[in-house]
Amino acid sequence: MTQSVTITVNGITETHEVEPRLLLIHYIRDVRGLTGPHIGCETSLCGACTMEVNGKAVKSCSLFTVQADGASITTIEGLAIDGKLHKMQEAFWNEHGAQCGFCTPGMIMTTKQLLDRNPNPTETDIRHGIEGNLCRCTGYQHIVKAVQAAAAVKA
Amino acid sequence: MATTTIIKKHEPSIGKRLRRKEDPRLITGTATYVEDLQMPGMHYAMVVRSPHGAANIKSIDTSAAAAMPGVAAIFTGKDILHIAGVPCGASLPGLRVPDHKILAQDRVYFVGHPVAVVVATDKYVARDAADAIEVDYDVLQAVADPEKALAPGAPAVHPQWPDNTAFTFHQEGGDIEKAFKEADVIVKERIVSQRLIPSAMEPRGVVASWHAAEKSLTLYTSTQVPHLVRTLIAQMLGIDENRVRVVAPEVGGGFGSKLNVYAEEALMSFVSMKIGKPVKWIESRRENFLTTIHGRGHVDYYEVAAKKDGTILGIKVKLIQDLGSYHQLLTPAIPTLSVLMLPGLYRSKNMSADIIGVFTNCVPTDAYRGAGRPEATHGIERMVDILAAELKMDPAEIRLKNFIRNEEFPFPTATGLIYDTGDYAAPLRKALETVNYTELRKEQAEARKQGRLMGIGICTYGEICAMGPSPATPAGGWESATVKIEPSGKVTVMTGVSPHGQGEETTFSQIAADALGIDVEDILVQHGDTAIVQYGIGTFGSRATAVGGAALHFALQEIITKIKKFGAMLLETEDITYSDGQCTCNKTGKSISIKEIAGAAYRAMKLPANTEPGLVATYFWEPPNFTFPFGAHIMVSEVEKETGNISIKRYVAIDDCGNVLNPLIVDGQVHGGVAQGLGQALWEQAVYDDNGQLVTGEFTDYTMPRAHMMPWIESGHTVTPTPVNPLGVKGVGEAGTIGASPAAVNSVVDALSPLGVRHIDMPMTPEKIWKLVNGRNA
Repeated sequence: MTQSVTITVNGITETHEVEPRLLLIHYIRDVRGLTGPHIGCETSLCGACTMEVNGKAVKSCSLFTVQADGASITTIEGLAIDGKLHKMQEAFWNEHGAQCGFCTPGMIMTTKQLLDRNPNPTETDIRHGIEGNLCRCTGYQHIVKAVQAAAAVKA
Repeated sequence: MATTTIIKKHEPSIGKRLRRKEDPRLITGTATYVEDLQMPGMHYAMVVRSPHGAANIKSIDTSAAAAMPGVAAIFTGKDILHIAGVPCGASLPGLRVPDHKILAQDRVYFVGHPVAVVVATDKYVARDAADAIEVDYDVLQAVADPEKALAPGAPAVHPQWPDNTAFTFHQEGGDIEKAFKEADVIVKERIVSQRLIPSAMEPRGVVASWHAAEKSLTLYTSTQVPHLVRTLIAQMLGIDENRVRVVAPEVGGGFGSKLNVYAEEALMSFVSMKIGKPVKWIESRRENFLTTIHGRGHVDYYEVAAKKDGTILGIKVKLIQDLGSYHQLLTPAIPTLSVLMLPGLYRSKNMSADIIGVFTNCVPTDAYRGAGRPEATHGIERMVDILAAELKMDPAEIRLKNFIRNEEFPFPTATGLIYDTGDYAAPLRKALETVNYTELRKEQAEARKQGRLMGIGICTYGEICAMGPSPATPAGGWESATVKIEPSGKVTVMTGVSPHGQGEETTFSQIAADALGIDVEDILVQHGDTAIVQYGIGTFGSRATAVGGAALHFALQEIITKIKKFGAMLLETEDITYSDGQCTCNKTGKSISIKEIAGAAYRAMKLPANTEPGLVATYFWEPPNFTFPFGAHIMVSEVEKETGNISIKRYVAIDDCGNVLNPLIVDGQVHGGVAQGLGQALWEQAVYDDNGQLVTGEFTDYTMPRAHMMPWIESGHTVTPTPVNPLGVKGVGEAGTIGASPAAVNSVVDALSPLGVRHIDMPMTPEKIWKLVNGRNA
């Protein structure tokens, strides 16, 4: 049994027949071929699969694809426009916010939303804003600095 | 062709906070990890695992699963008898080594033990089929605690060894009996370094692809040691090693957990050979917790003998190592590293250590960030504080009193090491100044008057890094590098280390750029593919830059010698200097660029005498010694009586890792290391129940630090370059982890010392602290 879904990802709309149980992260990675969002736990605890669904940062392992029927999704691959990095990507690069890089796409999508909602966050705001995203490499300090640096860039 | 044009003066890149060259692919989501690989005809594997800590397998019924559409094959223990067991690289006298088959035979030994593998055209189908495989078990009593496993009458993990003892090991130096006889004071404590789960954010994963016509195997695997995996997988499967290509693509963290050869790497290779298709297996987080190696797992009994002025005379330890059910690559070797590290930074030459390696019905322990050294440092640094408390001495003062003096280097330790160089007081003094120690103690006295529980914890640690001289390592401790100047003058570096977050694409570019006097952007660093890179050892033990970077240094020296031969020929002179990417005749001032030289070296119209065409140099460097970084960490904390909550007021990390190539990257290594050390001190613990069930089997229960739990880390350095390698670098990957747990526990014990607390085992959960505070007050 499959179900038809029409989903826009990074501006491209496609229709596919999917199993109702197909997780959104698997649809994005396996059907749409976008492997930027990662799978770190499949239980919504690590945040590596975070992407924007209808403007909200969402852990895509906790949604079925059919729940996203009709949605507009932005993944990490859709963040840079015409090759120009989003200021959060640039800040992660400048501040060494990534080490192994596995949590990075989810972390960038979460911190982008954090700044969208709160353009001048305190250190505490930032730390609480990313507490749903696990990183094992950085101790979070350079990620905090990256968010502070991005906040200082008023685009 | 020779010109007098001066190419732009090269700006040294070493020491600069250069942003990383690896990052563009990471921040745009375009890096390729194992799970991102797709191949035509790809099949997906799921492993059926034991739900029991100990059980006999009565029967396995695969019929329902085999009948499911899309299922290509199912294999069980009887199918893999011809494949050699998972190898243990450690050798110790009398070591008992269980046969570690890649699928269980008639008995399972830990929860997660692989019992069967099912492979299907779709991963959802593979999961359904795995669920449909019926395994009938006769459940046996497990034993999951190492001390319980040693008790008489304990269930035998391996029936052939009823005492559950894999090995015992004794090492001593100096005259320990005399030291204890002459002591004014002897302090004793039982100190636990609990089991930890490394938890790299990328779980393990394998894509195996067998090419029958060529009898060759390509194995993509998330590993820290691709060449080692190639050698050992070839042996296990009986394939010619030169026909095995191992690729470590982007690897999402390792921390030692991917310094191994795992059953699934051989199993998926076997499956691909059987079905003739590429096979992908990706570990779930649950599997990662259950089946990827754990770290630590010590119960240590320490005794320290001292004079009443605080002079340490000798250290004794009985070390019980929880090995788990099998030996992975280095399992039994890890506690021997603890023993080597036992003297810490202190002058005492009297030491005695006994290790008991114990089998339990748990997943094996092995190298996790620090690998044996954090356990030893935690023990020593706790004991020094306990001794200071006993003698009513200041913890900084007792350390300064016992440090090895600067003029005593190179210092032969009681454990047979030669410490290369050190200035141990320097980072401690810098850390004390940073926190304004004298004022801080006054502040603490004031807080205590108000009834507040404020603590100051000091740790001064040493490390054994740059693993290491080959005779002291299980698999060779050298490293390799190749430098190729391409015909265009662009430079390719191929390193035998296998970075997975440490940033060597950047730091090695810096080393090459500065040696060659060219731009960092003109250099490409390749690694992690055995078909591209010459044999190498890999990334672990804080060795990549200190050993692999040194190999690169020597390869660069060789290539520069060759560049100069071509340059001299082309400029028709013997009197030549190489700098800033060009050869210059010292007499005429005429120059020729590396690009022109490379073109001529490959065109080979004319060659210098006794010189082959091309510009390639490979160097295998054998280090003469380990390096021994050191440092001082201070944590200031306050304990909330009502909740048992510990708030970290300040965290200062002063590390001496020798010369710093890229301070941005070094800071990142320290921060991450401290996070893992604080994780152990405060939150993390792998808990098995008496049946061998892993209670902390998900991120819900295993409390890995999140951003809001971490303090701001004030990091700094002292710089004592090592003479062991030409770069003067010592390694920094593990420093933070080693320094953090003792600083944290010493801080909280100091906070609770007015209540009579002298030791707390990790993790210092609020519940544990609350009980200590309120139990004593009640």
